[in-house]
Amino acid sequence: MKRLFFLVLMLGASLQANAALTIEITKGAEGALPIAVVPFAWRGDAGRPPPHAVGEVVAADLKRSGRFKPLSPDEMLARPTRGEEVDFRDWRALNVDNLVIGDISPNGPGGFIVKFYLYDVFRGEQITGYSMPTTARDLRATAHSIADIVYETLTGQPGAFATRIAYVTSQRQGKDQEKVELRIADADGYSPQTIVSSKEPIMSPAWSPDGRKLAYVSFEKAKPSIWLQEVFTGKREKVSSFKGINGAPAWSPDGRFLALTLSKDGNPDIFILDVARRSLRPLTRHGAIDTEPAWAPDGKSLVFTSDRGGSPQIYRVSVNGGKATRVTFEGKYNARASYAPDGRTLAMVTRVDGQYRIATLDLETRDFRVMSTGRLDESPSFAPNGSMIIYATRVNDKGMLAAVSTDGRVQQRLRIQEGDVREPVWSPYHQQERIR
Amino acid sequence: MKFNNSAGLALVLSALFFAGCSSTGSKDGEGASVEDGSGSGAMTMGASQGGSWSGSELDNPNSLLSTRTIYFDFDQSTIRSEFIDVLRTHAGYLNSNRSVVVTVEGHADERGSREYNIALGERRANTVKRFLEAEGVDSTQINTLSYGEERAAAYGHDEVSWAENRRAVLVY
Repeated sequence: MKRLFFLVLMLGASLQANAALTIEITKGAEGALPIAVVPFAWRGDAGRPPPHAVGEVVAADLKRSGRFKPLSPDEMLARPTRGEEVDFRDWRALNVDNLVIGDISPNGPGGFIVKFYLYDVFRGEQITGYSMPTTARDLRATAHSIADIVYETLTGQPGAFATRIAYVTSQRQGKDQEKVELRIADADGYSPQTIVSSKEPIMSPAWSPDGRKLAYVSFEKAKPSIWLQEVFTGKREKVSSFKGINGAPAWSPDGRFLALTLSKDGNPDIFILDVARRSLRPLTRHGAIDTEPAWAPDGKSLVFTSDRGGSPQIYRVSVNGGKATRVTFEGKYNARASYAPDGRTLAMVTRVDGQYRIATLDLETRDFRVMSTGRLDESPSFAPNGSMIIYATRVNDKGMLAAVSTDGRVQQRLRIQEGDVREPVWSPYHQQERIR
Repeated sequence: MKFNNSAGLALVLSALFFAGCSSTGSKDGEGASVEDGSGSGAMTMGASQGGSWSGSELDNPNSLLSTRTIYFDFDQSTIRSEFIDVLRTHAGYLNSNRSVVVTVEGHADERGSREYNIALGERRANTVKRFLEAEGVDSTQINTLSYGEERAAAYGHDEVSWAENRRAVLVY
């Protein structure tokens, strides 16, 4: 009955021209700021245009955030691409608050310079402007960076467009056969790449704080082990393979430690692994289930799921161990908590009237809010700027990803063409290198 | 080893034929002297499966041993009364075959968080393990492995499928 296992590391995954994930906004925000992003001009050989429409990528990012309502290019009265071509009356007539224009020039073989300008339409003045050298390969990343700058300039909050998501996909292949993949895509779903492929389950991906590694659980060789894999090289190492459960890896904010769940001593408890020294110390000791640790952003405490009170609830414990205190009291099922980047809010899975949904708990005001509307929602993960929560849901019997703005006003759905998608995790900032 | 009807015997013989075809002689070197499937009945089967009689007895459709999956109530890991005889039969088999090792796989339905379901699956597997131990089975004969909700047996998203997925499976 032993199942054959199969595993391939995709080291040289190439960029795909078409996104296998598409995003649709299912609930838009009222009061989104009207903005116009004019398609960027190409100053080079008309027969060899740049590989991506930068202005469109910027507009799509801003729209997805729910904070902006970009004007369709069809509605524009003019399409300026240089500062001197801007007539603010064209934009005031359309009630646009802000305007983004720009152009792309060739810059040596495979190189480009992208310039853009952001204007305040009613004051009639430029707010900011950048000139950004880039390459064909990084052009979309440059577009996401422009969206980040626009977003931060106008909202005062950093953007999270130039980030990635990791997620797990599965496709059934006949009876009792399954292809499970760990993938990474840009935050807009573009250029998905497989970094692990297996016929056994893969679970619980977790980004290192520097965005260079993913920890995950793999059942290859018919037992669960925890692996650390370098995202850019594919190099990986097994860091935990004890008897029983090896699960739920969570990085400490400084990247030195992994909290994980082990049942080697008889039942699931949380341990702290020193990644460099490979030393292990127990954090919780309880006869009940303790699992799903998540570090507070200050690194001083962790929350985890435990059913020590009779039903799964969230508890908090000091990083030095000791007595755990119960955090959630709403309902009979709260599990898999994760912290917002500011440490004030927890997202988790909650059960409401038999439906499993994403909820947030404000740790200061104790405000508990159900954020999603599905019946089998799970695996919430905050964007690194705290603006959105991405999670797994089911639509028409298909596993999909969805996201909701932290204020609950914007909801969107990410569609993948084949198979089920689950366990999304949003990357941190600061990813300098590209996957090659 | 007794069979209550000819169907059971036919099953063993066909399994034996298959085993004889797929394996010439003994890979395991255990009790094996038969080179093909035409020889001395079920003995051949035992040889090519690597344990005397084990294959045939486990495959007897009239034995409770052929029931390898037991089911659990929602969020529960207690063994339902209807499965006690099944587990006792497996315990009896393991007690009289001390070299046989069984892996108890624990599973959960898809509801709720995945790592918590891994823990629930392990709790179910451990309940089965403790039951077998209480029936005298040596702990070294029993491994446990939890797949949580990661390996569904039924792919629907309703109570019927969930009930099929809340299970422990004995894998020999």
